[in-house]
Amino acid sequence: MRRNHFITVALSLMTMAFLYLPLIGVAVFSVNSARRGLVWKGFTLDWYYKLFENEWILEAAWNTLVLALVSTVIATILGTILAIGMDRFPWGKRTNGFLDIILHIPVVIPDIILAAALVVAFGLLRMVSSLFEPGLVNMIIGHITFQLAFVALVVRSRLVAIGREVEEAARDLFASNWYLLRKVMLPLLMPGIIAGGMLAFTLSLDDFVISFFTAGPESQTLPLFIFAAVRRGVTPQIHALSTLVMLITVVLVVLTERFTRSKEKE
Amino acid sequence: MNQNHQTQTNQGLTAKHVCKAFGKVKALDDVTLDVKPGEFFTLLGPSGCGKTTLLRIIAGLELADAGQILTGGKDITGLPAIKRPVNTVFQSYALFPHLTIYENVAFGLRSRKFPEAEIKKRVGRRIEMLDLQEMADRHPHQLSGGQKQRVALARALVNEPDVLLLDEPMSALDARLRAQVQEDLRRLQRKLGRTFILVTHDQAEALVCSDRLAVMRSGRVIQIGTPEQVYDNPRDSFVAKFLGAANLIPSKRVPGGVETELGFLALDKEPPWEEGTVAIRPEWIRIGDEKPERNGIRARVSEIVYRGTNFDLWLEPGHLRVRTSSYKRVEAGREVWLELAPQELVILEDDHV
Amino acid sequence: MSNPLLSWYGELTTRNRLLKRGSLLLMPGMLWLILFLVLPGFVLVVVSFATRGAYGQLEWTFTVENYQRLAGFSLFGWTSDYLLILWRSVVVAFVTTLVSVVLSYPLCFFIAGRSERSRYMWLTLVIIPFWTNMVIRAYAWFLILAPEMPIAKLAAFLGFIPAGSPLYPNAFAVYLGMVSMFLPFVTLPLYASVERIDWALVEAAQDLYASPIRVFTQAVLPQTMPGLSVGIILTFVPAMGMFVVPDLLGGAKYMLVGNLIQQQFGSSRDWPFGAAISMGLMVLTMIGLHIYRRKGKEIEYV
Repeated sequence: MRRNHFITVALSLMTMAFLYLPLIGVAVFSVNSARRGLVWKGFTLDWYYKLFENEWILEAAWNTLVLALVSTVIATILGTILAIGMDRFPWGKRTNGFLDIILHIPVVIPDIILAAALVVAFGLLRMVSSLFEPGLVNMIIGHITFQLAFVALVVRSRLVAIGREVEEAARDLFASNWYLLRKVMLPLLMPGIIAGGMLAFTLSLDDFVISFFTAGPESQTLPLFIFAAVRRGVTPQIHALSTLVMLITVVLVVLTERFTRSKEKE
Repeated sequence: MNQNHQTQTNQGLTAKHVCKAFGKVKALDDVTLDVKPGEFFTLLGPSGCGKTTLLRIIAGLELADAGQILTGGKDITGLPAIKRPVNTVFQSYALFPHLTIYENVAFGLRSRKFPEAEIKKRVGRRIEMLDLQEMADRHPHQLSGGQKQRVALARALVNEPDVLLLDEPMSALDARLRAQVQEDLRRLQRKLGRTFILVTHDQAEALVCSDRLAVMRSGRVIQIGTPEQVYDNPRDSFVAKFLGAANLIPSKRVPGGVETELGFLALDKEPPWEEGTVAIRPEWIRIGDEKPERNGIRARVSEIVYRGTNFDLWLEPGHLRVRTSSYKRVEAGREVWLELAPQELVILEDDHV
Repeated sequence: MSNPLLSWYGELTTRNRLLKRGSLLLMPGMLWLILFLVLPGFVLVVVSFATRGAYGQLEWTFTVENYQRLAGFSLFGWTSDYLLILWRSVVVAFVTTLVSVVLSYPLCFFIAGRSERSRYMWLTLVIIPFWTNMVIRAYAWFLILAPEMPIAKLAAFLGFIPAGSPLYPNAFAVYLGMVSMFLPFVTLPLYASVERIDWALVEAAQDLYASPIRVFTQAVLPQTMPGLSVGIILTFVPAMGMFVVPDLLGGAKYMLVGNLIQQQFGSSRDWPFGAAISMGLMVLTMIGLHIYRRKGKEIEYV
């Protein structure tokens, strides 16, 4: 442990305040009983109760969850298989370079470009199939596309960390392909797969741009709902909704941290 | 299952003309050696000499470009690792981190679908033999380096392999523990009477453990023999220097001996070369105040290094190292007589490669 | 005379058989990425040369008009409007990244200086905003800068803004929002490097150079370069394309290229021009990353 200069401490605390002040502000006003404006009128949880009566919000929450779950499951499966395919086979330098570039595209281009490309591509695909009308299916496809790359990168780094000696040891101890996969590779890879899946899930919840570009009238998600609502003006109900989403994020982050830390200890 | 497995498995191993190249680098260049049943055989050499590659080829983790591997007279060259009667202790031990020690040891039997009762019996025996009873339910990350190494040994030995391969198994241990483990390993091998092949770059380890050893360099086997044979009669200057310390003296052949910068040295045998090297171990040089009968050299002590069990004296001319345990008040700067007895001088054949 | 068989991770097989199995595993994921990432990218390039029909539909008459328009040439002469927006986006992304880096260093040192338990707490506190949806975080600033809140009142009192008006939309609000949005993107990867700093080197530098700036550039910066690079890329790239923050906090007064693109795909329904702007954004991002990589290498060798 090193001692910090008091300027470092002061600056850090100010930075943290800068990060949290707005969020705390939202949370505070979410329990303010004033219907309009930002004057404190007393404590209430009414705005939270009202959230659960608002069908629009319930539907948006449901859509958000479906979008995140479906895209995460598909992206995690595809990404894991892709990572194994990339790491465990004697590809030449060129193939590896090509795969690497494709995998890193979603990291080094602004997401709005991917969104624009998807809008255009879906627009053309719509001539072939009505599946590509703006809506949940398109959003799921969009989310999988960037999640997939991140999952593959996470799982691949886990594969590299496992190394080849453990696999060779299993062979040396008479393990067949199937036995090796079931008893050694999958258990060892599981932390990476779960970490990749969690990352994919949070990426989906965190996304706004891709959803915004590919959503249809029937497929509101919570971020889209909040964005639309803000432009009509701030209301206590939106404070409450935002606070709720923040709380869910906090829970997810803490759970993820717990999980990764317990795995690290092993 | 097979009660007489124990007696059957006492097999040797033969490598015939094994070659292996990685791209343009020749990792193994026509390696032939014969390990006898029940022998503790060591492949010794610096890193990159091909010893690990040879071990991996024997294990089936690498395929030779050419040549044959036989165990007990049976050709196993074309068999995959899972069909070979050979098991390995890996350099990093490669224990399965998600399995307990018991499950680690049982892995090889379970993957071959042995009945659980038989597994319990066999695993129990090995765990007891290597003193791991108290750790059976722990995971590898809870173990010390020495304990991990014993688990790796148990995990390989439980399969009753014809040949046990050990890939630098002590390199992860600290120096003090290593000396202890080397002796333990030697004792274990004697007790089991099983064929062990050890790969190491540590000459002390090779001397302690082996019945016989092969010194390798640049993909070739330079010399095979018992530790004493190789130490006493190194074939060339590489072996002389790699195994122990040696004074190498450039020489020119003359009648009855060689001419060197130290003067004339008489030899028992005639060297096969015109110009070459003769060697003498530092502890074979005798030091005295009177001129010896043969091969006496007048030299001046330039430096004295205390090594606990002995002293190393550096002498000029020739930058000779002399190792002596009894220290007769020699000071730096003093002139002494050295005796490089003809029977102690080894004629090296450096141009055999 | 090489053996057609090889031992791969201890499995005896041939290269062809392995590559066949590998291709099978690559297929689903790669097919997906090619279908929904690479091909749409090419389509976007093609569309950027297409023409907008009278009703917003695509017409396949190829032209460079969209790019001319982006460069400011139109029927009515030359204007700098679009180029200004592009330039502003670069400046905003650069400043955002710079401020985030400057604020992240002390924060990382602060966290690294805590005891192990509280270190995790502080880290978690940085991770939470990192994962909170950016719409909510932009919205939070929207609230904090409202006319009823102390900050706006103070600004009004000092005469920066008329009394009773909010502190948005303007450049200041955009910068506030952007920095708070991306700060954790620098802090988290940077912390991973700061945690691993070899303090002996820093102390040696303190002995030898004494000046804090030299100590930083000679001992701290090179050691934290890996994390810093990740942070800079993670910030600069999305900052270039950001449109939520400028939309909520900048309005029409402080548009960025993200808003411009969104407009073309939204209300204006001019896909070809939107595609052309996207290409412009992509090129600018690549140039930015390229310059950083060259400069970054120089720094490492200083």
